[in-house]
Amino acid sequence: MTSQLKKEKSVSKVIVITSGKGGVGKTTSSAAIGAGLAKRGHKTVVIDFDVGLRNLDMIMGCERRVVYDFINVIQGEAKLKQALIRDKRVDTLYVLPTSQTRDKDALTQEGVEAVLNELREEFDYIICDSPAGIERGAQLAMYFADEAVVVTNPEVSSVRDSDRVLGLLNSKTKRAAEEGAEPIKAQVLLTRYDRARIEKGEMMTVDDVLEILAVPLLGIVPESPAVLKASNVGVPVVLDEPSAASQAYEDAVARLIGEEVEMRVDGERKPGLLRRLFGRSA
Amino acid sequence: MKRLGFPLWPRRPSSAQTAKDRLQILLAHERSGATPDYLPQLQREILEVIRRHVKIDDDAIDIRMDQGKELSSLEINIELPHTRP
Repeated sequence: MTSQLKKEKSVSKVIVITSGKGGVGKTTSSAAIGAGLAKRGHKTVVIDFDVGLRNLDMIMGCERRVVYDFINVIQGEAKLKQALIRDKRVDTLYVLPTSQTRDKDALTQEGVEAVLNELREEFDYIICDSPAGIERGAQLAMYFADEAVVVTNPEVSSVRDSDRVLGLLNSKTKRAAEEGAEPIKAQVLLTRYDRARIEKGEMMTVDDVLEILAVPLLGIVPESPAVLKASNVGVPVVLDEPSAASQAYEDAVARLIGEEVEMRVDGERKPGLLRRLFGRSA
Repeated sequence: MKRLGFPLWPRRPSSAQTAKDRLQILLAHERSGATPDYLPQLQREILEVIRRHVKIDDDAIDIRMDQGKELSSLEINIELPHTRP
């Protein structure tokens, strides 16, 4: 019998983090979710699909260690293992950076598929950090996904774009094209959630957004200074000091792997007495 | 004037300062065109030269980089097959 050195052929999952709109927190969420999964011992890789506008490396703090990238691998100029950067903090976490100098045309469907297949052999979770927009890069980031996390802000243009992206997930992906394949499991991750503004009626509530998008909720990440601070220093939010945001991402990760975690808004704080008496929200 | 008064506790570098430093290092490299786009070719050429003497595989080479403010390093590791003379 030959010994299996590689990971046992269990279900490895490709998860796309997408949104349509830019600036809603895709890369922050990709880094946080990837690091959260890795922290739990799952071998995880996060891939940057934003060719020409590389940023995942900065958010993950490995920008000075990039030698080869995703495009080099697709074009056969480097082996996958040469391009993968192992995180210095969590040893089950890897980053596959993208190219800063080429453009989206360097991505080919066959190339992306080949790389993902190779990664599936070794990783439990493959997180695809999609570029904004709905063009080539974004379409290829979602094409081979098993699951999708649609990052949405409680704001009209973001919700509208998320709706558009949900449509694409159901029509322009491998699972959509394949007869009999289960559709991509899409969930919404609500970010930059501002409780105070929601209570003042200035911002749509979670229920408002979910009612419009009609997909399950993966988590609610509050607007938090911890997010900017973490990106400043190049540490995924969940590997930085505990905060309401890191807590929210940890919860989202737990739900992503099938655990039942009660949805809590704004970190650990339960609504206080005053809030319960006078607050508007339930 | 940056800050009035004196800090009450020894200040750690702020995260904003860290952000600025990181960007300055990165952008200095990117603007100078010193982004390692030449690496695939460098790798091929190194392999070529070594192959004149030893038989090695395409993926027996491992290149790592660390870009710093004052110093950047390129570490090239080549795995030689163990052959008997």
